[in-house]
Amino acid sequence: MIDWLHPSVLLMLGMLPLIWLRGRARQIWQVTLPAIILGLITTLAAGSQLSLSFMGLELTPLRVDKLSLVFAYVIGIILIIGNIFALQVEDRAQHIAAGLYGASALGVVLAGDLVTLYVFWEIMMIASVWLIWRRKTPIAYEAGMRYLLVHALGGMLLFVGVIGYYLATGSVAFEKIDVDGWAFWLILIAFLINAAVPPLHAWLPDAYPEATVTGTVFLSALTTKTAVYTLMRGYPGLELLLWLGVAMTLYGVIYATLINDIRRLLSYHIISQVGYMVAGVGMGTALALNGTAAHAFTHILYKALLLMGAGAVLQMTGRSRMSDLGGLYRYMPMTFLLYMVGALSISAFPLFSGFVSKTMIVEAAAVDYRGVVYLLMLLAACGTFLSTGLKLPYFTFFGKDSGLRPKEPPINMQIAMGIAAALCFLIGIFPGALYAILPFPVDYNAYTLSHLLKELQLLFFVGLGFVVVIRYAGGKDYIALDVDWLYRGPGRRLVIHTRNMIAEANHDVRAEFMRFLAKLQTRLGKAHLDGSLLRTWATGSMALWTALVLALVLVLTLGT
Amino acid sequence: MNVTEWMPFIVLIPLIAGPICILLPGQRLPWLLAMLSAASALIIAGFTFAEVITNGTLRYAFGNWQPPIGIEYRVDAANAFVALLITGMASIMLAWGKPTVDVEIPERQSSFYALFLLAFAGLLGITLTGDIFNVFVFLEISSLATYALIAHGQDRRALVAAFRYLMMGTVGATFLLIGIGFLYIMTGTLNMMELAERLPALADSRATQVGLAFIVVGFSIKLALFPMHHWLPNAYTYAPSLVTAFLAATATKVALYVLLRFVFTVFAPDYSDAAMPLAIAFAVLAIAGMFAGSWIAIFQKNLKRLLAYSSVAQVGYMVLGASFVTVVGVTASFLHLFNHGLIKGALFMAAGIVFHQIGSARLEDMRGLGRVMPWTLTGFALAGLSLIGIPPTVGFVSKWYLISAAIDAGQTWIVVLILISSLLAVVYIAKLIELFWMQPRPADSPVVQEASPALLIPLWLMVFANFYFGIDTRLTVGGATAAAQAILGVPVGGLP
Repeated sequence: MIDWLHPSVLLMLGMLPLIWLRGRARQIWQVTLPAIILGLITTLAAGSQLSLSFMGLELTPLRVDKLSLVFAYVIGIILIIGNIFALQVEDRAQHIAAGLYGASALGVVLAGDLVTLYVFWEIMMIASVWLIWRRKTPIAYEAGMRYLLVHALGGMLLFVGVIGYYLATGSVAFEKIDVDGWAFWLILIAFLINAAVPPLHAWLPDAYPEATVTGTVFLSALTTKTAVYTLMRGYPGLELLLWLGVAMTLYGVIYATLINDIRRLLSYHIISQVGYMVAGVGMGTALALNGTAAHAFTHILYKALLLMGAGAVLQMTGRSRMSDLGGLYRYMPMTFLLYMVGALSISAFPLFSGFVSKTMIVEAAAVDYRGVVYLLMLLAACGTFLSTGLKLPYFTFFGKDSGLRPKEPPINMQIAMGIAAALCFLIGIFPGALYAILPFPVDYNAYTLSHLLKELQLLFFVGLGFVVVIRYAGGKDYIALDVDWLYRGPGRRLVIHTRNMIAEANHDVRAEFMRFLAKLQTRLGKAHLDGSLLRTWATGSMALWTALVLALVLVLTLGT
Repeated sequence: MNVTEWMPFIVLIPLIAGPICILLPGQRLPWLLAMLSAASALIIAGFTFAEVITNGTLRYAFGNWQPPIGIEYRVDAANAFVALLITGMASIMLAWGKPTVDVEIPERQSSFYALFLLAFAGLLGITLTGDIFNVFVFLEISSLATYALIAHGQDRRALVAAFRYLMMGTVGATFLLIGIGFLYIMTGTLNMMELAERLPALADSRATQVGLAFIVVGFSIKLALFPMHHWLPNAYTYAPSLVTAFLAATATKVALYVLLRFVFTVFAPDYSDAAMPLAIAFAVLAIAGMFAGSWIAIFQKNLKRLLAYSSVAQVGYMVLGASFVTVVGVTASFLHLFNHGLIKGALFMAAGIVFHQIGSARLEDMRGLGRVMPWTLTGFALAGLSLIGIPPTVGFVSKWYLISAAIDAGQTWIVVLILISSLLAVVYIAKLIELFWMQPRPADSPVVQEASPALLIPLWLMVFANFYFGIDTRLTVGGATAAAQAILGVPVGGLP
């Protein structure tokens, strides 16, 4: 009945009233609109719903199948949650940017052809950068600029890749990318940039921690996961992705343990978690792809929950470094509890959402007889639990008393976190609903005895290890110092020294470049702007140039 | 009467209205006459275009003197497409420009509008005629009128700019006349179609080759192809706003069209031998222009001048497409010809509004202006996005076709150059946006108000067109494809 209505277009149009709405009306509209969108998504019927002709190409801006629906659902859900979380923010530019960003992300997952995909891809980039810039700090501005440049490059590669693909195959339909030559690689690299696959990942931990408190929630959910979707659609079963993904899981985890800023730590965990998905795409079996889709779904929810918890801490205390935090449990118990639901989910605790999705990917590796992959993934899972489930909450909410006496965050933030936490919990207990919407029929039960035992053993021993380290160190002062070694000791000095050197070199290079530009400008100014010079001889020189061109053309035409 | 008999009136209406216009008193009547003639020319051009697309070439012999003796108008998809652009641009510019003309040319407006109509008629004449000497005549009509129009600028430097353009334009016209002379001596005819039939037999003759070289270089001057572009920046900077906007949207486009017509239709019906060596020279000059124009634009301190240098770069893109000598390439050329008219028209209209409101085109006077004139400069920024080629704008469509054409021609390295040079456009547009919005308005700056709706509505119409034709490309891509097929002599529907 309303099949022709594209949710992205509706959402973009729905941003218009936000320009005028104020106060309570804005808040109501901000929650109602994504709810309507989610409702609209549930009514979408499978198949290509829209088609139009553009520059002689047959475009299908709305292609609905089970794969795109999984992603569309979770984007719809996260838009509701993220908007509730952001209700108290009186910054319309940010809300509109978030809406356009969500709309374009939806557009990407619903795009049936590469041209539509590219268009939404670019809008996504332009809208999302405002979520970083609206933090309004100089660091945020620069981080946003770097973010923009990296994605502009990615967009350009995608653009040329799409054209190459079209010329090679004569079609722009977005199915499995199956073409020899550079178009294949250009599109792949563009997708990998957005999926933050090392070494193309640096923009993510650079930019996300500098974004606004509420903007990070959207950022963490949309860019990387739409990229995972495009990889699932375009490159299932590409062996390279398997190894990139496995490397990512470990890379993110290892870096996360070195990080002090809680939001940056969580950003590195995005890389690690997306690694599971990329590896799942690389395996390409039905079970692995199902696991990837399921993990993307649960990951969006629990990562948003974690970042909302960290954001609430930042909002209420103004600090985000673990070494500046501590002992917040008594003042923000609700935030702590909700955060822990997210932490248990990402650590794949039984009864929480991560367990039902992550184990699917790991299981897929086992079924596929990929022992090394299996073990490396388990290793990364240990690291995840260690840093997000133990270290971060311990030093933020327990640990030494930082002297901070914050209040709980505003009620709407708590509600948003509550919804996300409830979903994490519900999916963990009743995975059937999630499994039902996965792209392939599911023949998998997360709650077998062996899964439970394996996972609990893993978590138990990691937890034990952490406790033993605390006991061994003899009290929290010690442990604080122990971990602080990384930030305060030689390691920190090394890091700071290197950073300063890089910053200085960067500054010098930039200053030199600016001087060069200034010099060039004056020189150009002399040549092109100074009126008197121009008038006296330029007419003659114009004629001279003309004569030269005539000579060139004559040589070329007569010479042949 | 059928469309064929109406078609010559596209040229005749403004040509006749011009002299009448001088006789009209006051400020309102001359403008009204100009507006009416442009609008009626647009309507006829629209019908002609529709007729040509469906039924093929229209021919009209003046005074019923058949071609070898008389002058023939011969309209195929390529002419009709360009004529549609010119008449459309003239109509919207006139509808927009009256307030700016009232300020910039307070006296003798009747002669100003008369000159405008003559320049307009001249451009249309070049476009529609099928006779090469007639091309020369109309080129002179439009050029002479244009020199006078540029000299109308308020700034005294406008006179020098007009003089420089006059010098260069005369060199160009002379070259063209020499070339036409050679061709006439060799073939004994001035009709394009007859030339096309007779020239292949004379392909090895030195005289025809020299004639071709003179004609090509003559038009390249009018086209402002790098490095013969030096007349353009000053002319655009100091001319009245209406003239700048109109010329930027049409004059170089007509020169490009007629150049392609000569090279592809007249000289090389099978577009192989004569075009190839030229194509190399043109590709080199086009790429040099793309980089030089954008690079110089980055450092400009005057808004109109910046846009003028950007035009030099954009001419590079148009010529580059044609230099591939493929149907796709020439299509990209025609497409960008049309789209760039829309883009630069909108940008120069916005610049004209700013000039109208603050009385200056210097960038330093525009700091923080985005907050004071949000409608004008938002329109400017959106047109700027189109210039960069962000979807869904016409600039994106152009870029798509140009890159397709480069890949299709196997010139992958040119793709890289196109992308790099389009990044330069990002730089100068981003610089302007930063200037308009991120910088604070200086405290001592004079009070400025947003322009009146009479100026803003046509501007936004153009901005809207930039987005509309970025999404619905049936007219532009369809027209450009038909134009390319017509000019290359490929049978309709013969596309791969």
